[in-house]
Amino acid sequence: MAHSEATHAVGQLPGMKGFVADWASDQRAFKNVPWGKAMMWIFLLSDTFVFGCFLLSYMTVRTSTTVPWPNASEVFALSFGGQPIPLILIAIMTFVLISSSGTMAMAVRFGYLKNRRMTTLLLIVTAIFGATFVGMQAFEWTKLIVDEGVRPWGNPMGAAQFGSTFFMITGFHGFHVSIGVLFLLIVARKVWRGDFDHERKGFFTSRKGNYEIVETMGLYWHFVDLVWVFIFAFFYLW
Amino acid sequence: MEHAEGQQHPISIYFIVWGLLFVFSAASYAVDYYQLHGMTRWSLVLIFMVIKAAMITAYFMHMRWERLAMVLAILLPPLFIVVFMGLMTSEGHHTQSVRNLYFAQEKFVPEHP
Repeated sequence: MAHSEATHAVGQLPGMKGFVADWASDQRAFKNVPWGKAMMWIFLLSDTFVFGCFLLSYMTVRTSTTVPWPNASEVFALSFGGQPIPLILIAIMTFVLISSSGTMAMAVRFGYLKNRRMTTLLLIVTAIFGATFVGMQAFEWTKLIVDEGVRPWGNPMGAAQFGSTFFMITGFHGFHVSIGVLFLLIVARKVWRGDFDHERKGFFTSRKGNYEIVETMGLYWHFVDLVWVFIFAFFYLW
Repeated sequence: MEHAEGQQHPISIYFIVWGLLFVFSAASYAVDYYQLHGMTRWSLVLIFMVIKAAMITAYFMHMRWERLAMVLAILLPPLFIVVFMGLMTSEGHHTQSVRNLYFAQEKFVPEHP
Protein backbone atom coordinates (compact mmCIF):
# COMPACT_ATOMS: atom_id res chain seq x y z
CA MET A 1 0.00 0.00 0.00
CA ALA A 2 1.03 3.59 -0.49
CA HIS A 3 0.98 4.25 3.26
CA SER A 4 3.73 1.80 4.08
CA GLU A 5 6.34 3.61 1.99
CA ALA A 6 5.63 6.90 3.71
CA THR A 7 6.81 5.67 7.11
CA HIS A 8 10.24 4.49 5.91
CA ALA A 9 12.80 7.28 5.81
CA VAL A 10 15.73 7.37 3.36
CA GLY A 11 18.39 4.69 3.98
CA GLN A 12 16.10 2.41 5.96
CA LEU A 13 15.34 -0.98 4.53
CA PRO A 14 11.79 -2.34 4.59
CA GLY A 15 10.65 -5.84 5.54
CA MET A 16 12.86 -8.67 6.81
CA LYS A 17 16.13 -6.99 5.83
CA GLY A 18 15.03 -3.94 7.72
CA PHE A 19 14.19 -6.06 10.78
CA VAL A 20 17.71 -7.54 10.87
CA ALA A 21 19.39 -4.22 10.12
CA ASP A 22 17.43 -2.36 12.81
CA TRP A 23 18.24 -4.83 15.55
CA ALA A 24 21.86 -5.23 14.43
CA SER A 25 22.60 -1.54 14.10
CA ASP A 26 23.95 -1.05 17.65
CA GLN A 27 21.79 2.05 18.09
CA ARG A 28 18.06 2.62 18.52
CA ALA A 29 16.15 -0.39 17.28
CA PHE A 30 12.72 1.21 16.94
CA LYS A 31 13.14 3.74 14.17
CA ASN A 32 10.53 6.37 13.24
CA VAL A 33 8.85 5.72 16.57
CA PRO A 34 8.94 8.32 19.36
CA TRP A 35 10.35 6.89 22.60
CA GLY A 36 7.07 7.47 24.41
CA LYS A 37 5.22 5.33 21.90
CA ALA A 38 7.78 2.51 22.06
CA MET A 39 7.58 2.53 25.86
CA MET A 40 3.79 2.51 25.76
CA TRP A 41 3.91 -0.55 23.51
CA ILE A 42 6.26 -2.31 25.91
CA PHE A 43 4.00 -1.44 28.84
CA LEU A 44 1.03 -2.81 26.88
CA LEU A 45 2.98 -5.99 26.19
CA SER A 46 3.52 -6.47 29.92
CA ASP A 47 -0.16 -5.72 30.51
CA THR A 48 -1.00 -8.37 27.91
CA PHE A 49 0.76 -10.89 30.13
CA VAL A 50 -1.14 -9.71 33.21
CA PHE A 51 -4.51 -10.12 31.49
CA GLY A 52 -3.29 -13.31 29.82
CA CYS A 53 -2.50 -14.79 33.23
CA PHE A 54 -5.90 -13.74 34.60
CA LEU A 55 -7.71 -15.39 31.71
CA LEU A 56 -5.51 -18.46 32.03
CA SER A 57 -6.28 -18.80 35.72
CA TYR A 58 -9.97 -18.48 34.83
CA MET A 59 -9.57 -21.23 32.24
CA THR A 60 -7.75 -23.46 34.74
CA VAL A 61 -10.33 -23.16 37.54
CA ARG A 62 -13.15 -23.60 35.07
CA THR A 63 -11.71 -26.82 33.60
CA SER A 64 -10.81 -28.24 37.01
CA THR A 65 -14.03 -27.62 38.93
CA THR A 66 -16.43 -30.53 39.38
CA VAL A 67 -19.36 -28.18 40.02
CA PRO A 68 -21.36 -26.90 37.01
CA TRP A 69 -20.37 -23.43 35.79
CA PRO A 70 -23.15 -20.80 35.93
CA ASN A 71 -24.65 -19.99 32.52
CA ALA A 72 -23.37 -16.49 31.71
CA SER A 73 -26.12 -16.01 29.14
CA GLU A 74 -28.76 -16.30 31.90
CA VAL A 75 -26.80 -14.66 34.72
CA PHE A 76 -26.23 -11.50 32.67
CA ALA A 77 -29.70 -11.40 31.12
CA LEU A 78 -31.76 -8.28 31.66
CA SER A 79 -35.47 -7.78 31.16
CA PHE A 80 -37.10 -4.50 30.21
CA GLY A 81 -40.57 -5.31 31.45
CA GLY A 82 -41.01 -8.42 29.29
CA GLN A 83 -38.92 -11.50 28.51
CA PRO A 84 -35.31 -11.35 29.77
CA ILE A 85 -32.91 -10.64 26.90
CA PRO A 86 -29.69 -12.66 27.26
CA LEU A 87 -26.44 -10.74 27.76
CA ILE A 88 -27.98 -7.48 26.54
CA LEU A 89 -26.10 -5.16 28.92
CA ILE A 90 -22.77 -6.74 27.99
CA ALA A 91 -23.58 -6.29 24.29
CA ILE A 92 -24.35 -2.60 24.83
CA MET A 93 -21.13 -2.21 26.82
CA THR A 94 -19.22 -3.78 23.94
CA PHE A 95 -20.70 -1.35 21.44
CA VAL A 96 -19.99 1.61 23.72
CA LEU A 97 -16.34 0.60 24.05
CA ILE A 98 -15.95 0.04 20.31
CA SER A 99 -17.46 3.45 19.62
CA SER A 100 -15.00 5.02 22.03
CA SER A 101 -12.18 3.29 20.15
CA GLY A 102 -13.46 4.76 16.89
CA THR A 103 -13.58 8.32 18.24
CA MET A 104 -10.12 7.83 19.76
CA ALA A 105 -8.63 6.73 16.43
CA MET A 106 -10.06 9.84 14.82
CA ALA A 107 -8.75 12.05 17.64
CA VAL A 108 -5.24 10.77 16.83
CA ARG A 109 -5.76 11.61 13.19
CA PHE A 110 -7.01 15.15 13.87
CA GLY A 111 -4.13 15.58 16.33
CA TYR A 112 -1.57 15.01 13.59
CA LEU A 113 -3.51 17.44 11.39
CA LYS A 114 -3.05 19.93 14.27
CA ASN A 115 -6.80 20.44 14.45
CA ARG A 116 -7.04 21.41 18.11
CA ARG A 117 -10.80 21.79 18.22
CA MET A 118 -11.69 18.41 16.72
CA THR A 119 -9.00 16.59 18.71
CA THR A 120 -10.26 17.98 22.02
CA LEU A 121 -13.86 17.26 21.10
CA LEU A 122 -13.14 13.67 20.07
CA LEU A 123 -11.02 13.04 23.19
CA ILE A 124 -13.84 14.27 25.39
CA VAL A 125 -16.40 12.14 23.53
CA THR A 126 -14.08 9.15 24.04
CA ALA A 127 -13.86 9.94 27.76
CA ILE A 128 -17.67 10.15 27.98
CA PHE A 129 -18.02 6.74 26.30
CA GLY A 130 -15.42 5.37 28.72
CA ALA A 131 -17.24 6.78 31.74
CA THR A 132 -20.51 5.33 30.40
CA PHE A 133 -18.86 1.93 30.17
CA VAL A 134 -17.63 2.12 33.78
CA GLY A 135 -21.08 3.27 34.91
CA MET A 136 -22.74 0.30 33.21
CA GLN A 137 -20.20 -2.00 34.78
CA ALA A 138 -20.99 -0.55 38.21
CA PHE A 139 -24.68 -1.29 37.52
CA GLU A 140 -23.80 -4.84 36.44
CA TRP A 141 -21.75 -5.46 39.60
CA THR A 142 -24.49 -4.06 41.82
CA LYS A 143 -27.12 -6.28 40.19
CA LEU A 144 -24.86 -9.31 40.53
CA ILE A 145 -23.94 -8.67 44.17
CA VAL A 146 -27.28 -7.44 45.51
CA ASP A 147 -29.86 -9.32 43.40
CA GLU A 148 -28.05 -12.50 42.39
CA GLY A 149 -25.97 -12.93 45.55
CA VAL A 150 -22.69 -13.51 43.73
CA ARG A 151 -19.64 -13.26 46.00
CA PRO A 152 -15.96 -13.87 45.30
CA TRP A 153 -16.20 -17.00 47.47
CA GLY A 154 -19.48 -18.42 46.19
CA ASN A 155 -22.81 -17.94 44.44
CA PRO A 156 -26.19 -19.69 44.31
CA MET A 157 -25.88 -20.71 40.63
CA GLY A 158 -22.89 -23.01 40.59
CA ALA A 159 -19.09 -23.07 40.85
CA ALA A 160 -17.68 -20.70 43.47
CA GLN A 161 -14.82 -19.75 41.15
CA PHE A 162 -17.30 -17.92 38.91
CA GLY A 163 -17.45 -14.98 41.32
CA SER A 164 -13.75 -14.80 42.08
CA THR A 165 -12.64 -14.83 38.45
CA PHE A 166 -15.45 -12.50 37.37
CA PHE A 167 -14.67 -9.82 39.94
CA MET A 168 -10.92 -10.10 39.39
CA ILE A 169 -10.99 -9.93 35.58
CA THR A 170 -13.72 -7.36 35.02
CA GLY A 171 -12.55 -5.37 38.04
CA PHE A 172 -9.03 -5.10 36.69
CA HIS A 173 -10.36 -4.17 33.27
CA GLY A 174 -12.75 -1.59 34.71
CA PHE A 175 -9.84 -0.10 36.65
CA HIS A 176 -7.92 0.24 33.38
CA VAL A 177 -10.89 2.01 31.78
CA SER A 178 -11.22 4.39 34.74
CA ILE A 179 -7.53 5.32 34.63
CA GLY A 180 -7.91 5.72 30.85
CA VAL A 181 -10.75 8.22 31.33
CA LEU A 182 -8.56 10.33 33.64
CA PHE A 183 -5.67 10.06 31.17
CA LEU A 184 -8.00 11.14 28.33
CA LEU A 185 -9.24 14.19 30.23
CA ILE A 186 -5.67 15.26 31.05
CA VAL A 187 -4.61 14.93 27.39
CA ALA A 188 -7.79 16.70 26.22
CA ARG A 189 -6.98 19.65 28.50
CA LYS A 190 -3.43 19.81 27.19
CA VAL A 191 -4.63 19.76 23.57
CA TRP A 192 -7.25 22.43 24.24
CA ARG A 193 -4.72 24.68 25.98
CA GLY A 194 -2.42 24.36 22.95
CA ASP A 195 0.40 22.68 24.90
CA PHE A 196 1.36 20.62 21.87
CA ASP A 197 1.41 23.61 19.52
CA HIS A 198 3.65 25.72 21.76
CA GLU A 199 5.73 22.77 23.01
CA ARG A 200 4.86 23.71 26.57
CA LYS A 201 6.72 21.63 29.13
CA GLY A 202 4.78 18.94 30.97
CA PHE A 203 4.07 19.39 34.68
CA PHE A 204 5.58 16.03 35.60
CA THR A 205 8.39 15.26 33.17
CA SER A 206 9.26 18.83 32.12
CA ARG A 207 9.58 17.56 28.57
CA LYS A 208 8.14 19.31 25.58
CA GLY A 209 4.94 17.67 24.43
CA ASN A 210 3.67 17.21 20.90
CA TYR A 211 0.76 15.49 19.19
CA GLU A 212 2.49 12.11 19.39
CA ILE A 213 1.22 12.02 22.98
CA VAL A 214 -2.32 11.76 21.60
CA GLU A 215 -1.29 8.66 19.67
CA THR A 216 0.38 7.14 22.73
CA MET A 217 -2.79 7.80 24.70
CA GLY A 218 -4.72 6.19 21.85
CA LEU A 219 -2.62 3.02 22.05
CA TYR A 220 -3.55 2.63 25.72
CA TRP A 221 -7.22 3.20 24.98
CA HIS A 222 -7.35 0.76 22.07
CA PHE A 223 -5.61 -1.79 24.25
CA VAL A 224 -8.41 -1.52 26.82
CA ASP A 225 -10.86 -2.20 24.00
CA LEU A 226 -8.71 -5.09 22.80
CA VAL A 227 -8.73 -6.73 26.23
CA TRP A 228 -12.51 -6.41 26.32
CA VAL A 229 -12.73 -8.35 23.04
CA PHE A 230 -11.04 -11.29 24.78
CA ILE A 231 -13.04 -10.96 28.02
CA PHE A 232 -16.28 -10.81 26.03
CA ALA A 233 -15.38 -13.96 24.10
CA PHE A 234 -13.95 -16.05 26.92
CA PHE A 235 -15.95 -15.00 29.94
CA TYR A 236 -19.36 -14.02 28.61
CA LEU A 237 -19.75 -16.09 25.45
CA TRP A 238 -17.87 -19.30 26.29
CA MET B 1 12.26 19.17 7.56
CA GLU B 2 11.77 15.80 9.21
CA HIS B 3 10.07 12.79 7.71
CA ALA B 4 6.30 12.80 7.29
CA GLU B 5 4.96 13.34 10.78
CA GLY B 6 3.27 10.51 12.65
CA GLN B 7 0.60 8.17 11.43
CA GLN B 8 -1.65 9.89 8.90
CA HIS B 9 -4.24 7.89 7.08
CA PRO B 10 -7.49 8.77 5.35
CA ILE B 11 -10.39 9.02 7.77
CA SER B 12 -12.42 6.55 5.68
CA ILE B 13 -10.19 3.70 6.96
CA TYR B 14 -11.28 4.40 10.53
CA PHE B 15 -14.95 4.52 9.59
CA ILE B 16 -14.71 1.23 7.69
CA VAL B 17 -12.92 -0.52 10.56
CA TRP B 18 -15.37 0.94 13.06
CA GLY B 19 -18.31 -0.32 11.02
CA LEU B 20 -16.77 -3.78 10.64
CA LEU B 21 -16.12 -3.98 14.39
CA PHE B 22 -19.80 -3.25 14.95
CA VAL B 23 -20.79 -5.96 12.50
CA PHE B 24 -18.52 -8.59 14.07
CA SER B 25 -19.59 -7.64 17.61
CA ALA B 26 -23.21 -8.00 16.57
CA ALA B 27 -22.35 -11.36 15.02
CA SER B 28 -20.72 -12.66 18.19
CA TYR B 29 -23.68 -11.43 20.22
CA ALA B 30 -25.96 -13.25 17.78
CA VAL B 31 -24.09 -16.47 18.60
CA ASP B 32 -25.35 -16.12 22.16
CA TYR B 33 -28.75 -14.71 21.26
CA TYR B 34 -29.59 -17.68 19.04
CA GLN B 35 -28.15 -20.04 21.64
CA LEU B 36 -25.75 -21.90 19.36
CA HIS B 37 -23.92 -24.68 21.17
CA GLY B 38 -20.91 -26.95 20.96
CA MET B 39 -18.28 -26.59 18.28
CA THR B 40 -20.32 -24.14 16.19
CA ARG B 41 -20.50 -21.74 19.12
CA TRP B 42 -16.84 -22.01 20.14
CA SER B 43 -15.44 -21.76 16.65
CA LEU B 44 -17.63 -18.75 15.75
CA VAL B 45 -16.76 -16.98 19.01
CA LEU B 46 -13.05 -17.54 18.40
CA ILE B 47 -13.17 -16.49 14.74
CA PHE B 48 -15.02 -13.24 15.51
CA MET B 49 -12.69 -12.56 18.44
CA VAL B 50 -9.54 -12.99 16.33
CA ILE B 51 -10.91 -10.83 13.51
CA LYS B 52 -11.86 -8.03 15.92
CA ALA B 53 -8.53 -8.17 17.78
CA ALA B 54 -6.60 -8.15 14.48
CA MET B 55 -8.53 -5.14 13.15
CA ILE B 56 -8.03 -3.12 16.34
CA THR B 57 -4.30 -3.87 16.45
CA ALA B 58 -3.67 -3.44 12.73
CA TYR B 59 -5.69 -0.29 12.01
CA PHE B 60 -6.60 1.53 15.22
CA MET B 61 -3.19 0.87 16.79
CA HIS B 62 -1.46 1.37 13.41
CA MET B 63 0.52 -1.89 13.65
CA ARG B 64 -0.02 -2.43 9.94
CA TRP B 65 2.14 0.60 9.14
CA GLU B 66 4.91 0.09 11.71
CA ARG B 67 8.35 -1.26 10.88
CA LEU B 68 8.81 -5.02 11.23
CA ALA B 69 11.34 -4.63 14.10
CA MET B 70 8.59 -3.06 16.19
CA VAL B 71 5.80 -5.38 15.05
CA LEU B 72 7.72 -8.55 15.89
CA ALA B 73 9.00 -7.21 19.23
CA ILE B 74 5.40 -6.65 20.35
CA LEU B 75 3.45 -9.43 18.64
CA LEU B 76 5.75 -12.44 19.09
CA PRO B 77 6.12 -12.53 22.92
CA PRO B 78 2.36 -13.04 23.52
CA LEU B 79 2.75 -16.43 21.79
CA PHE B 80 4.18 -17.65 25.10
CA ILE B 81 0.68 -17.24 26.50
CA VAL B 82 -0.45 -19.92 24.03
CA VAL B 83 2.26 -22.26 25.37
CA PHE B 84 1.15 -21.46 28.94
CA MET B 85 -2.42 -22.19 27.87
CA GLY B 86 -1.42 -25.65 26.68
CA LEU B 87 0.32 -26.34 30.00
CA MET B 88 -2.61 -25.13 32.10
CA THR B 89 -5.16 -27.10 30.06
CA SER B 90 -3.46 -30.37 30.94
CA GLU B 91 -2.99 -29.19 34.54
CA GLY B 92 -6.68 -28.30 34.78
CA HIS B 93 -7.80 -31.66 33.41
CA HIS B 94 -5.48 -33.46 35.81
CA THR B 95 -6.88 -31.55 38.80
CA GLN B 96 -10.40 -32.30 37.66
CA SER B 97 -9.75 -36.03 37.33
CA VAL B 98 -8.26 -36.11 40.84
CA ARG B 99 -11.24 -34.21 42.21
CA ASN B 100 -13.65 -36.57 40.47
CA LEU B 101 -11.82 -39.44 42.12
CA TYR B 102 -11.88 -38.10 45.68
CA PHE B 103 -14.39 -35.27 46.11
CA ALA B 104 -17.21 -35.76 43.62
CA GLN B 105 -19.38 -37.60 46.17
CA GLU B 106 -20.56 -34.30 47.62
CA LYS B 107 -23.08 -33.34 44.97
CA PHE B 108 -23.76 -29.66 44.46
CA VAL B 109 -27.45 -28.76 44.63
CA PRO B 110 -28.31 -25.34 43.15
CA GLU B 111 -30.54 -23.20 45.36
CA HIS B 112 -32.59 -21.96 42.44
CA PRO B 113 -31.58 -23.61 39.17
